[in-house]
Amino acid sequence: MPNEGLEIENLHLWRGERHVLRGVGFSVPRGGCLHVAGPNGSGKTSLLRTACGLLHPESGRLRWDGRDVYEDLPAFHSALIYIGHEAPLKADLSARENLRYWVGMRRRAGRGALESALQRVGAGAWSERPARTLSAGQRRRIALAALSLLVAPLWLLDEPTTNLDAEGQQLVGTLIEEHLAGGGLVLAATHHELPLPASRVQRLELTHG
Amino acid sequence: MDEPRNPALPGVEAALGGATAPHDATSVLEAARLVLERDMTLALRRRGQLVQPLAFFAIVTMLFPLAISPELARLREVAAGVLWVAALLASLLALEFLFRDDAYDGTLEQYALSGQPLTGLMFAKTAAHWLLTGLPLALMAPLAALSLGAPSESLPGIVASVAVGTVALSLIGSIGAALTLGIRRSGVLLALLTLPLSLPVLIFGARASELAIHGESYVAPLELLAALAVLGITLAPLASAAAVRISLE
Repeated sequence: MPNEGLEIENLHLWRGERHVLRGVGFSVPRGGCLHVAGPNGSGKTSLLRTACGLLHPESGRLRWDGRDVYEDLPAFHSALIYIGHEAPLKADLSARENLRYWVGMRRRAGRGALESALQRVGAGAWSERPARTLSAGQRRRIALAALSLLVAPLWLLDEPTTNLDAEGQQLVGTLIEEHLAGGGLVLAATHHELPLPASRVQRLELTHG
Repeated sequence: MDEPRNPALPGVEAALGGATAPHDATSVLEAARLVLERDMTLALRRRGQLVQPLAFFAIVTMLFPLAISPELARLREVAAGVLWVAALLASLLALEFLFRDDAYDGTLEQYALSGQPLTGLMFAKTAAHWLLTGLPLALMAPLAALSLGAPSESLPGIVASVAVGTVALSLIGSIGAALTLGIRRSGVLLALLTLPLSLPVLIFGARASELAIHGESYVAPLELLAALAVLGITLAPLASAAAVRISLE
């Protein structure tokens, strides 16, 4: 297939009176990782939300595997996972229940798969606790478990390492590397460094406020 | 068949294969069932929110005999109206919570990005809302009706009218709730948006109950209520899905 991967051309996005994205463009092939960097308020989150089709840019093109994403948004959505800076967890559900409902929307994950994903992110001991009692880092780890269970080639991650301890950050790096090795594609917005070898990562610096 | 190359990421091959969906993809019906189950589980864990509209309904219908007259003959004249105004306001009371929490914690965003038709998921959410408010209101209606002097023969008609009418109310309300998502303290605006659209339900519902109380045939207004409910089932999830997408922008 020609042009496999994500291509964005000359993206302009306005939020009310603010011109947030001014002609952003890049192209990431399958197996590639793009680190969207920049200070707070530089439009990192807006770029990710535009790239997953939640925000509609004033102008610009988005292509996934050579096809315009707006032609078939549901198909594009099935090909991506977006995780915002807050994991979408319900305070009154346990970590495991949250994960089950979240993942179940897209694919049937058996009890065993759920269990091993929870073990992998170190949630074995607290998977029965309601999410309201979990720390920010633990909530983030549930999001990592979801990431490993939801199967999609394009990952859009907003501040994936925030609130995680050193071991958790390493886990983010490992998950991303496995994903890239399997032909996946990652867009990560963060003002921290990504826990990956610099040679694997393209970098995009956003500067406008 | 084809074994995944990387055992740590089962299913990746299928998903990366292009247009074909992975073999274990969730169908729309399963996804809708999960949304329903999740909303029911959550509501049962937070009973306070669940009881609020029911308590409101019980209190309002109990206050009327005190304020008007304990004479059952006089109460019977206003029973249908009181019952229906109380049911309408009670169901409105619960509407604010329909999408609000899901909007705050990012659940709606994930629904919108799930690749599932958002219309189906909105329908499931509205169905859960009816099961948690409309149905309990219909089950409480006989008690309220009896305390307002309605004869016991009229109860089936009253229950049926409240049950069918609240389906329409939940669906109409879901549009308003979705439209007011981006607005803080949206309660008043939600009422302003929803009440005019709910008036046909109020009129036909009260008429059906009144006919039932007088021992006459209430089939005609009940059929009109059912027609409104069917219209709502067909159109309201489409409208609320569109409104939710706009709110995520």
